[in-house]
Amino acid sequence: MAKLNINGKVRDVQAEADTPLLWVIREHVGLTGTKYGCGVAQCGACSVHINDEVQRSCSIRVGDVKAADRIVTIEGLSATSSHPVQKAWAAIDVPQCGYCQSGQIMAAAALLKKKPKPTDQDIDAAMTNICRCGTYQRIRTAVHMAAGTSGGRSSAAPVNAKSKA
Amino acid sequence: MKSTIRGKAARLSRRKFVVASAAAAGGGFALGFHLPFGIDGATAQSAANAGSEVNAWVYIKPDDTCVIRIARSEMGQGTLTGLAQLVAEELECDWKKVATDSVTPGQNLARKRIWGEMGTGGSRGIRTSQDYVRRGGAAARIMLLQAAADQWKVPVAELTVANGVITHAGSKRTTSYGKVAAAAAKLAAPDPKSITLKDPKDWKIAGKPLKRLDTADKLNGSKVYAIDVKLPGMLCAAITDCPVYGGKLKSYDEATIAGRTGFRKVVKVKDSAVAVVADTWWRAKSALDALPIVWDEGTNASQSSATIAAHLKDGLTATTTNGGRQNGDALKAIENAAKKVEAVYATPFLAHATMETMNCTVKLSADKAELWVPTQNKEASLAALSEASGVPLDKCEVYGHDLGGGFGRRGGTQDYVHQAVAIAKEFPGTPIKLIWSREEDMAHDFYRPISQCKLSAGLDADGNLVGLHVRVSGQSINAYLNPALIAGGKDERQLQGYYEQPGDAQLGYSVPNLLIEYAMRNTHVPVGPWRGVNTNQNGVYMECFMDEVARAAGKDPLEFRRALMHNHPKHLAVLNAVAEKGDWGKPLPAGIHRGIAHFMGYGSYSAAVAEVSMTGKGKVRIHRMVLALNCGHAVNPDQIAAQVEGSVAYGLTATLYGDCTIENGRMTKLNFDTYEIMRLAEMPKVETVIVPSFDFWGGVGEPTICVVAPAVLNAIHAATGKPVRTLPLKAINLA
Repeated sequence: MAKLNINGKVRDVQAEADTPLLWVIREHVGLTGTKYGCGVAQCGACSVHINDEVQRSCSIRVGDVKAADRIVTIEGLSATSSHPVQKAWAAIDVPQCGYCQSGQIMAAAALLKKKPKPTDQDIDAAMTNICRCGTYQRIRTAVHMAAGTSGGRSSAAPVNAKSKA
Repeated sequence: MKSTIRGKAARLSRRKFVVASAAAAGGGFALGFHLPFGIDGATAQSAANAGSEVNAWVYIKPDDTCVIRIARSEMGQGTLTGLAQLVAEELECDWKKVATDSVTPGQNLARKRIWGEMGTGGSRGIRTSQDYVRRGGAAARIMLLQAAADQWKVPVAELTVANGVITHAGSKRTTSYGKVAAAAAKLAAPDPKSITLKDPKDWKIAGKPLKRLDTADKLNGSKVYAIDVKLPGMLCAAITDCPVYGGKLKSYDEATIAGRTGFRKVVKVKDSAVAVVADTWWRAKSALDALPIVWDEGTNASQSSATIAAHLKDGLTATTTNGGRQNGDALKAIENAAKKVEAVYATPFLAHATMETMNCTVKLSADKAELWVPTQNKEASLAALSEASGVPLDKCEVYGHDLGGGFGRRGGTQDYVHQAVAIAKEFPGTPIKLIWSREEDMAHDFYRPISQCKLSAGLDADGNLVGLHVRVSGQSINAYLNPALIAGGKDERQLQGYYEQPGDAQLGYSVPNLLIEYAMRNTHVPVGPWRGVNTNQNGVYMECFMDEVARAAGKDPLEFRRALMHNHPKHLAVLNAVAEKGDWGKPLPAGIHRGIAHFMGYGSYSAAVAEVSMTGKGKVRIHRMVLALNCGHAVNPDQIAAQVEGSVAYGLTATLYGDCTIENGRMTKLNFDTYEIMRLAEMPKVETVIVPSFDFWGGVGEPTICVVAPAVLNAIHAATGKPVRTLPLKAINLA
C-alpha cells in the first residue's frame, strides 16, 4: 500500500514495494501515457517528473517514493496540451509513431524548467531518450521553438518538393 | 478503430463520432464493433451524428465532416495522412473537415475486400493503393454532385464544387456535401474506369506539406496503443521462449511461484515457450523471472557468430549459387585487366527494436475471437487469430492499433498473436494481454539477414571499369519465411538493388562485363524484413566498393560513377541532385570529409552525401547529411522529409552500433545498454532534397536508408585513406 501524489491527486495504490513506479502508474493508477520501453532506464519512454526533476519511472521502486513527492505524468503536464513544449511539438509535427514522445516531451519540459534558453549542447546533454523513428532533428527544432531560441546545427527546415511547373 | 479529427469536427466527442460513423456505415460489419479507447465501453450512437456512406472510402456527416477510411496501418510513416490527402484531393472536400477512420480486416472480409490489401510493408502503403483510393474519392465527388443536380433538377455539368460546397452559378444556389450525402449514397456508383483522375500538377491538397492528421493525441498521453488496452476482467501475460532458436521447453516448477500475489497460471505455449498469467503484467513478469525453467536447447546451442561467419565465408567461393545476373564475361575481363581490385565486406544480423515491444490482447468467447494488436498486416492478424483459435474467420475480428514502430517486424509472421491465442485458450471469455519484455523482444526477433560479399573489379589502363564480379553469401528471408518463393533454387530477393530490370530495385550502373551471384547460407537464426532489408547490405557492398575502385582508378568517386550511368538517367539525376545540394567538390573546413552514394529500392531512387570528421580516438562524428529522393510523386513533402530524417537515424544506428551477436546459439544483446541506439546528440543535420519526376509512384519509408551507411563509410574512407568493410563502426578502431 502506498500513497502517491500523481498530477496533483493523492491516490492509494495496492502494489508490492518493489514494483517499478512505471507499472504502478500504468496498471494500478491506469495512466497509460507513460510508456514501457526497456525497463532499465535506457530509453526514457517512461519519463515522468518527480518534484520537477525528470526521472525514469521504470527504475524507481514505488516503495521508495514518498507521499509528499509530486509526480507529474504526461497527462498532467497541461490540461489542454498547451504547454509550450506540446505546442512546439505540434507546430513542428515532431511525432512519427509517437510511442516515445510522452517521454521526450517530459524530458524537454524538465530541461526548459531548468534552462529556459538551452543551447544545442544543453539539448544534447538533456535529450537522451531513444526514438526509433528518428525524430531527433525535429525534437531539437521544437525545443528551440518552445524556448524561443533559434536552432543550432540541426534546425534546417525540410526542403520541399520542386514544383513541376 | 481510431479516428483523427481536425478543425470543426474536433469539437465532437471522439467516441460518439467513431461509433456513429461505423455503426451508420451499415451492414453487418457494425456488429461486434469495438473502440479500444478504454474499458468504459462505447456509448450508444447518437442519431444526430449519423451520416452517410457515399462509398467505401468516404463517409459524410450532416455537419460536412468527411470521414476518409484508411485500410493501411499507421506506424509513424505518415501513410494515414497521405492517403487521406489523395482521397480528399479527388473528393474536393474541405481539408479542415477531414477525419479518418480505420477499417478492420473483419469488415474488409465481410465486404469482399472492398478496401483492397491492408498489409503495410515494402513501402507500399501509398504507391500501391493511390490509384484506387483516388478513384474512390473521385467517385464520391461524382455522386455528391449528381445528388445536388437531381435535387435542383439541373444538368450536373452546370455544377462546380470547391471545399465541399457545390454551386450552381446559373441559379446562384449552393449546398454542401453534408446536405446531399444521404441522397448521394443511394445513387449508383460510377464505373471507376470511367473516371479521369486529376493531373498531379493541379493538386491542391495532395502534393502539399500538410500537417499530419494524427498528432494531437501523441502529445498528451491519450493515444491508446495496443500495449495500453484495458478490458473488463483482463489478465496479463509475460512470456519467455527458449533462448536458443529451435530449442524446446523441458520443464518448469510452477509451485515455486504459485503463491505470489496476483498469480493465476503458468501456460506452456507450443513446445518452446512458457508464459505466466497474473492480474497485472508486472506481477506476471516478476513471477516469470522467478520461475525455474529447464530448456532442451538442442544442437543449435553450439552455434555462434564465429561459426556463422565461417559458414557464410564458404559461400563466397562456393561453386553452386542461387541466382543472379550476368552480361559479358566478368571473370575473364577481370583476369585480363590492367589493374584488379578485390575486397570482402560483411554486415551483421540486426534487430528491429521497435519502441513498443511485441504485444497483443486476445479474447476468446463462446462464439467469437477478438484481437487488439499492433500489426502491419491486419488481414494476416485475422488469419492468425482464426488459425490459432480454430474460430472461423467470419467470427473473428481484429482491432488494429497504430503501432509503436513497425520497421518490418510486425508483418506476416504474427508470432505473438499465435502465442497470445494459445494462452487465451486457457482462459475462455477472459481477455489476455500478452506483453513481451524488451529482453524477449530482442531475443526473438526476425532479424535483418546476415551476409558477406566478395567483390572483384578490373580496370583498363585508362582507369575504366571493364569487369565487375559480386558474390553475396548470406541468409535468405524467403527460405525462412516463404520457401515457396524460391523457385528452382533461385532466390533473387537477397540481390535487391542489383537487379537488371527497371522499376523496383535496379542497379544504376552499366558494366561491360558483369557477374552478380547469390550463395544462400542459412543459419538457425530467424530472419525477416527490416526497414530497407537487403538494399542496406547490398548498398554498402556496391557503393563502398565503387569508392575503392574509383580510388584505384585515380578518379573522383562521383565522376567514376557518372561514367557508368549513361543508361540510367533517373539514378543519375538523383546522384547529380545530391552532389549539387551536398556541395560535392566544394572546399571543406579542415578535418571534414565527404562521402557519396546512391542506390535504388522500393521503386524509388536515392542518393546521399555525408560530411564527417574523425576524433582522436578513432571514432567518427557525422555532421551533415544531404539526401536526394525521387519517389515519382511526392504526396506530402514534409512527411517525406520526416521519413528521410528517420531513415538517417535508423541507418546511422545500424552503422554506428547495430550488431546482434550470437553465442551458445542465442542472442547476446538483450537491451539498449548493450544493443545501443543512436541518441539525439549524434544526429547530424539532415537536408532532404525531393526531386519528383512525376512519371511513376515509388515508395518513401524505406528507399533512402540504404544510402546512409555507404555515404558515411565513404566519407570515413576519404578521411582515413582506409576502406571500412565491416559494421558496426563501434567494433572498429578507425584511427
